[in-house]
Amino acid sequence: MIIYGVALLAFCFLVGKLMGSFLGSLIGINGDVGGVGFAMLLLMLINLYLKRKGWLLVETQKGILFWSSMYLPIIVAMAATRNVKAAVSGGPIAIVVGLIVTLSAFFLVPLIAKIGREKPED
Amino acid sequence: MEIIETVIEKNGLLFAFLCVGVLMWVSFWLSSRLTRNKIPGVAIAILAGLGLALLGEEKGLADIPLFAGMAVLGGAMFRDFSVVATAMGADLDQIKKAGPAGVISLLVGVSFSFFLGVFIAYLLGYTDAVSLTTIGAGACTYIVGPITGGALGASSEVIAISIATGVVKTLVATIGTPMIAKYIGLDNPHSAVVFGGLIGTTSGVAAGLAATDPKLVPYGAMTATFYTGLGCLLCPSVFYFLVNSLF
Repeated sequence: MIIYGVALLAFCFLVGKLMGSFLGSLIGINGDVGGVGFAMLLLMLINLYLKRKGWLLVETQKGILFWSSMYLPIIVAMAATRNVKAAVSGGPIAIVVGLIVTLSAFFLVPLIAKIGREKPED
Repeated sequence: MEIIETVIEKNGLLFAFLCVGVLMWVSFWLSSRLTRNKIPGVAIAILAGLGLALLGEEKGLADIPLFAGMAVLGGAMFRDFSVVATAMGADLDQIKKAGPAGVISLLVGVSFSFFLGVFIAYLLGYTDAVSLTTIGAGACTYIVGPITGGALGASSEVIAISIATGVVKTLVATIGTPMIAKYIGLDNPHSAVVFGGLIGTTSGVAAGLAATDPKLVPYGAMTATFYTGLGCLLCPSVFYFLVNSLF
């Protein structure tokens, strides 16, 4: 059933958020620290375990894949509900940072690719 | 007219589904017709969203009562929920396949983008640790930025800048990759794995590699999938402390 997938996703999400919030309060930030990352890791581990056991049914996966494919529209909705007016008045910082960071990262590719090749691949 | 408004306002979230659906359809149509998919539909849709947000103030488009549902759809709960769901597209076995090069490129990619972003933001006049961290996180991807900003309690405008930074990155990756590929040896799976880990913005990596050589797309997307998660883990925690101790 599709709801099993959604429920599994919600479980991972909430456990991740809890871990993130605990970590947050532990290190003195009043908020969630890395909760999304923990939830993703948990989902991947459970996904792997269920796949190995053969317990992950197609219908269950559909419940998760639906939400995974909703992330682009949700990001669009999020973009439409930001305080862009204030951001624009903040100057061309987004363009400068985005441009320089991405172009610089391009030129790290041959460097890191070389390091990777020197190591034995197993 | 009053009845229509009442129905829409009572079903705000559903109206938001409709609005975003139409917006994405138009964006993808424009992408294929006007740019022959050179600029991905997603990038156009996000830019259009940011443009529409200019119609409001603090909450962007959602400041208009008719579009209040957009704030629910684009709010933290749905956003984080759907981002976690994308982990399904990543397989732990695939990390092993990507090998050491992929892991190194991911760590270097997130750290490099973040600290270069922080450095430039500092040069441009930002001095508080929360804003610097949020903009640096935005230099990772347009998802890491708002999630980091949200966790640290950054202002809405700084979060908007971090999203815009991530969007610019997606655009530069999409348009720049095919132009620059031959100069950086991006013509084999190994380099594509490293490329995905260094750039990290999934839609930009996928679109950029598709424009370069479609065969390379899965290799780049494989590492890029982990980039946002790694960024969400590192930026509001370890990286924030580093920035906080420096400024």
